[in-house]
Amino acid sequence: MGWQWFHRLGSPRWFYEKTNAWIPWLAVISISLLVTGAVWGLAFAPEDFKQGNSYRIIYIHVPSAFLALAGYYTMAISGAIGLIWKMKLADMVMKSAAPIGAVLTFVALVTGAVWGKPTWGTWWVWDARITSMLVLFFLYLGVIALQEAYQHQDTANKASAILALVGTVNIPIIYKSVDWWYTLHQPATIKFTSESTIDPSMLYPLLMMVTGFYVFYALVLLMSTRSEILVREKKTRWVKDLATQ
Amino acid sequence: MHPVRKQRLIMVLFIVIFASVAVGLMAYALRENINLFYPPSKIAAGEAPVDTRIRAGGCVLPGKVQRASDSLDVNFLITDGAATVAVHYTGILPDLFAEGEAVVVNGKLNGDGVFMATEVLAKHDETYTPPEVAEAMQNAGEHQKTCEGMSYGS
Repeated sequence: MGWQWFHRLGSPRWFYEKTNAWIPWLAVISISLLVTGAVWGLAFAPEDFKQGNSYRIIYIHVPSAFLALAGYYTMAISGAIGLIWKMKLADMVMKSAAPIGAVLTFVALVTGAVWGKPTWGTWWVWDARITSMLVLFFLYLGVIALQEAYQHQDTANKASAILALVGTVNIPIIYKSVDWWYTLHQPATIKFTSESTIDPSMLYPLLMMVTGFYVFYALVLLMSTRSEILVREKKTRWVKDLATQ
Repeated sequence: MHPVRKQRLIMVLFIVIFASVAVGLMAYALRENINLFYPPSKIAAGEAPVDTRIRAGGCVLPGKVQRASDSLDVNFLITDGAATVAVHYTGILPDLFAEGEAVVVNGKLNGDGVFMATEVLAKHDETYTPPEVAEAMQNAGEHQKTCEGMSYGS
């Protein structure tokens, strides 16, 4: 009984029809969170006593870096489910997650460079945090490339799932790099075990942006997976019926 | 669970664990090289190579920054609490450079133990505070913890 939902996921058609109603909700929630969070963070949150206004890029930099890491786990875990249970839907999620994650990693790297120039005095430095983040970007590109490199979708799924699984090693390294080695990048500000070292007036818009990014990620991943379902199931009757409606 | 699926699950776990161990060993072997900079105590202990391009990181000792009046030359001391290293630099310092703040300097250590820097980077900490709150904290006698709180690892 408890596993019924999991077995139902084996049917892309069931998933497609079930998630139809979710899209507008996710869109409304994510856009309202992102707009409120951005206006609050950029216009109303106080400036930092040391960095002035330049710290405000944190409202883009930190959420995109969070989602770049969380999105990698989404991709690797769905890759593993695809490998073990041969579930078509999981392979489609893995394929859809790769470009989204690559874009988020790129955004985190670029905003980090823009932030680094005025505060540190350099665009780029090869410290452990930044270098491991660049490796994450290449891992995403590798998964995208492997998806396109094979004639047979099954072979492509298997190869990219294995790459994604091997790459999961990088995620804890990125996360802990600022504690394990001497880096230019400062340690984590939002802490789960002790008090965060950011003033509440700056923290709330940041948490709002992080939540907004999570919902937005879910929305984009869902939309991308649904279009992937239509592409791969285009020869089935239900997709043809959908097209002629 | 179906035996075939179980086998695949074990395979997946094996891939993840094997990759983690391999990368972990690699990081362990390269542990010194992954560090971006040497702390002053390692330089003072003679662990840093002389006349090779290295980076050093530490806190700028308050009251020890000397600026030349007719050039961009600047001399300062950096510390990690255990030892201090003298740094010489010619050029424009980043905005966040200040006494009591953390920096990472890039350059060569000369024979006299003076660090000839070609680049100075400001290392900011992980705290974000509005100006009014920072002022109130200083009035209350709570000293800024930028340097004391800075993590130097082990």
